[in-house]
Amino acid sequence: MSARRFWVFIEQEEGKAHPVSWELLGVASRLASEVKEEADAAGDTVHVECILLGNQVEHIAHEAIKYGAERVYLVDEPELEHYRNCPYYKCIVGVVRKYEPEVFLIGATTLGRDLAGAVATSLRTGLTADCTGLEMGEVKGSKQRLLLATRPAFGGNIMATILCRQSRPQMSSVRPRVFPMPPYNPEAVGEIVREEVPLDEKDTEACILEFIRDQAESVDIEYADVIVSGGRGLGTPEGFKLIEELAHELGGVVGASRPCVDAGWISYAHQVGQSGRTVRPKLYIAAGISGALQHKVGMQNSDFIIAINSDPNAPIFDVADVGIVGDLFQVIPAMIKEIKARKEALA
Amino acid sequence: MFHALVAVKQVPDTTNIRIDPETGNLVREGVPAIMNPYDAHALASAVEWKRKLGGKVTVVSMGPLSFTVTIREAVELGADVGYLVTDRKFAGADTLATSYVLAQVIQMIHEKEPIDVLFFGKQAIDGDTAQVGPGVAVRLDLPIITYAVKIRDIDLAKRQIIVERKTERWTEVVEAPLPALVTCEKEIAEVPFAPLPDLIRSLRYEPEVLTVDNTGIFDAESIGVRGSPTVVFKMGTPPLPEPGEKINSREVGVEAAVAAAFAKAEAAGILTSVLGGVK
Repeated sequence: MSARRFWVFIEQEEGKAHPVSWELLGVASRLASEVKEEADAAGDTVHVECILLGNQVEHIAHEAIKYGAERVYLVDEPELEHYRNCPYYKCIVGVVRKYEPEVFLIGATTLGRDLAGAVATSLRTGLTADCTGLEMGEVKGSKQRLLLATRPAFGGNIMATILCRQSRPQMSSVRPRVFPMPPYNPEAVGEIVREEVPLDEKDTEACILEFIRDQAESVDIEYADVIVSGGRGLGTPEGFKLIEELAHELGGVVGASRPCVDAGWISYAHQVGQSGRTVRPKLYIAAGISGALQHKVGMQNSDFIIAINSDPNAPIFDVADVGIVGDLFQVIPAMIKEIKARKEALA
Repeated sequence: MFHALVAVKQVPDTTNIRIDPETGNLVREGVPAIMNPYDAHALASAVEWKRKLGGKVTVVSMGPLSFTVTIREAVELGADVGYLVTDRKFAGADTLATSYVLAQVIQMIHEKEPIDVLFFGKQAIDGDTAQVGPGVAVRLDLPIITYAVKIRDIDLAKRQIIVERKTERWTEVVEAPLPALVTCEKEIAEVPFAPLPDLIRSLRYEPEVLTVDNTGIFDAESIGVRGSPTVVFKMGTPPLPEPGEKINSREVGVEAAVAAAFAKAEAAGILTSVLGGVK
């Protein structure tokens, strides 16, 4: 009889958790349920747990429990006030070695990617980056189900399913918004276990001298409710003015496909897709985007997708709930007019 | 004297990869191989600092013999020495095995000629994993600064580097002791046009080839498939969802097409909730 632990790294900065942590707790709960039957039969127990690092962040541990964690391992130290690679990865490796989780999920944010590679290398285990699909599946030659991690490969043109037979934990990083938020249960109870990991002076040698908060535009497309995205079909950078106008009418933000960003028509912060951001708004409007796989994996989980393209065979129509075949320079102005009329009717 | 080491990878220009619609296979023909763009910017930064401080830029690449062209390109851009780490025994390496091989080679170079700064691209555009840089840093127990957008200072006397790195939230100014490993965004430096002498030199440049046998520094259990904990279970194109309704605005007229599309969004309960939220 053994304990099979499914772990999530809870990412926080300035005392605030990144929502990808909760999305991953939802995934960990599902993965745990996928091995429940097999574990029961073998007399094993299954646990959904997480690890949290920071300085005075116990309040986040309570939140984690409400999003589905049975147990939170908490390392709470002044040295961990701000994220730094070395002290963070060494603490995590210390706690992982103690409890030996079977699966360990980390958000593929800039912080999570910086961390995940260091943790996996230090533990000499496998790490699959930017997964878009995760399940516990049966694999020939393995008594227990293994983590099947699916991710786009070759610039997002093909999907590869990766597994890690022997080394543990089986690690994956997952981008924000790839998976939905799990339910929040205010009544949930769980345990907080405080851990201490001794650090050497050398581990904290790299230090942050200052933080520069950018004054320039910051676009939060990941958690936007409405996104209007433009692609090569816009023809020129000026085409984005029309996209902006429609986004503004809908209270949304502007997205873009990779070719527009590569061509310098709009900044990288707007890029939707495997090499940009993954999004799942309520409404996604794709205008003049042909729909390369690498774009589709970044937006196909949107609640409702409207695609506009002059080519009736454009692959974007395959993921759209409704497609309009036509000239976007006619369709979008008509949309703006229609939205204005509907808003007036609502007012 | 400043000694920079730059790790470069050759990648297919993924913007040009296509899937054969009939067979669903990757079409590799005619896909040009290029130096990973982030590595090119990392190299450009290393060369800038070499010119400021005086010293040397060493390039390392792991891959088949065809990667020689990428090392020549690095020489063209200002690298002084290039090592090509190549062996059939490395085949099938995942990021863990790759970081092992690079770390062993870098350690070997460092013992001959101490390295001050290791420059990596933030990720390669074919795998997009961003794991090899942190992996090498962990194996060599070096401080790592990822997502660097600017190197403010390299002080060889004080043995420290000051770097600006961009995160989703802010820009951090980080100070770390040397030697340190930096993974670079494109903003770190512009890739320059090659000066004529470097261009001429690069044409005939032959990299130093390192293999398992001629170095004797690799443990057979840590390289190639054996050193790789992950394996590809299967590959394929993703299943297509049921496509939605397609409305041809040329047939029904633009306004009718838009009205029909919005009616569908409304029926799905989307439009009202979206417009209800707009102030």
